Amino acid sequence: MIKTEQLCKRYPAVTAVEDVTFEVQPGEVLGFLGPNGAGKTTTMRMLAGFVTPTSGRASICDHDVEDEPLAARQSLGYLPEGAPCYGEMRVSTFLEFIADLRRLEGARRRARLEYVIERLQLASVLERPIETLSKGFRRRVGLAQAIMHDPPVLILDEPTDGLDPNQKHEVRTLIEEMASAKIIVISTHILEEVAAVCTRAIIIARGRIVADDTPLQLASRSRYHNAVSLQLARAEQLETARAALAGLAQVERVELTEREARLTALPRAGAMILQDVAALAAQQGLQLKELHLESGRLDEVFRTITA
Amino acid sequence: MRNVALILRRELASYFATPLAYVFIIIFLVLANAFTFYVGAFYQRGQADLRPFFMFHPWLYLFLIPALTMKLWAEERKSGSIELLMTLPVKAWEAVLGKYLAAWLFTALALALTFPIWITVNYLGSPDNGVIFASYLGSLLLAGGFLAIGSCMSALTRNQVVAFILGVVACFVLLLAGYPMVLDSFRGWAPETLTEAIASLSLLTHFQSITRGVLELRDVLYFVMLIGFFLFTTTVAVDLRKAD
Repeated sequence: MIKTEQLCKRYPAVTAVEDVTFEVQPGEVLGFLGPNGAGKTTTMRMLAGFVTPTSGRASICDHDVEDEPLAARQSLGYLPEGAPCYGEMRVSTFLEFIADLRRLEGARRRARLEYVIERLQLASVLERPIETLSKGFRRRVGLAQAIMHDPPVLILDEPTDGLDPNQKHEVRTLIEEMASAKIIVISTHILEEVAAVCTRAIIIARGRIVADDTPLQLASRSRYHNAVSLQLARAEQLETARAALAGLAQVERVELTEREARLTALPRAGAMILQDVAALAAQQGLQLKELHLESGRLDEVFRTITA
Repeated sequence: MRNVALILRRELASYFATPLAYVFIIIFLVLANAFTFYVGAFYQRGQADLRPFFMFHPWLYLFLIPALTMKLWAEERKSGSIELLMTLPVKAWEAVLGKYLAAWLFTALALALTFPIWITVNYLGSPDNGVIFASYLGSLLLAGGFLAIGSCMSALTRNQVVAFILGVVACFVLLLAGYPMVLDSFRGWAPETLTEAIASLSLLTHFQSITRGVLELRDVLYFVMLIGFFLFTTTVAVDLRKAD
């Protein structure tokens, strides 16, 4: 379990993190969201014991990060922001070094080394110095380091930054695989990632938690939650359609994207308008290319909350 | 202690993974011998001892050791790898000691590679090998002192050039603490006891008394305490300023 209580970090000029309190249980994948400079990295660094909090407490698996730093770190796999490494080391020697510091021995050591090399596809670069690797490989070396000792808690600061779509997918699959048995905290500013892998999202802005919910619930805060979007086959019907949609009692407003001949009808609070819109389209003889119900737009919620 | 050994091994390997190790060793050997033969007039003196060899070590170390130590912590902070190291189950003092011992072991290797001059002097005459042994030990202790100072300066900044300059200045001040150049700046205003205390801190005085062949506990203790003090300070600096 991860627990923080009123965690604060103040620097002489700025307050980086203010009064951050949350708990994470095994099985949860927590996504840390927020604009750059909002305090995500500082919070994660405090959890990892790298930055000392100005006030408040944090614990990992019931080990306070200040009072029992070694026990806390043993339960933790941590990928720092930017995945810093010893550039002159070869990948294999680096992984051996980590395995040594993690006190892995014998068969388990061999198995873990094999597992991370296989899982993060590092076999082809084992004998290369880390500084000569591409950004994606370096990130994977950092991830390999973090999961080496199969820790119960993983804190990953932007694990997919710099990876191509295939590698991103690989990392997400890895996170999903590990999710059931572990606590995983990731930070990201890629919103689709939150929807894809996280069971819970905390949004931080200016050092404070401004939202703490499941990605689905967060999306439902969007103006676009349960909105109906339709694309017309014939652009000349656009104006008729707009007028007709605006006439529906349950429709709050209609948005228009002329280039795509697309209309989006936003419902009044709580209303379900899909049936009405579909009926209207048939009645007005609109030729539809597409009709769908939106679950909400995370990016719009993100902008509204953090602005 | 296992972590100290692991970090020591990693550090030592990293010296040899870059040209640093080879450049350092070659320059050290070339300069040490050049000083001995040209400035120290090894042959012209007509004496079978290594005084002209050892008398230049403090001045060689003054520039070479800070060049070796400037990266110890400054580079870790600059590259961010300190965040990796300090979030692994490693105590700060273990990392400080491991890095320091790696640097010391490396210097010891460079010093050991000066053995041809010892063979030369034994071939040419019959020197007092006891004095030579004590001098090697004194030189190693002096290097250890400089390394500890340099390690501390490197922990104070993320800029390697700043770490180098701070290291040279700190080593220079401690080296000459017993000489007028440093003492005069205190004589005007500080009480006599303080001036004397500073004078007794002089690295050069202690080094010279060892190289005369008199291995006194007082001198060895001085170096041990100096090294201990600066390593402790390094640990505090690393712990407090790791994330800055």
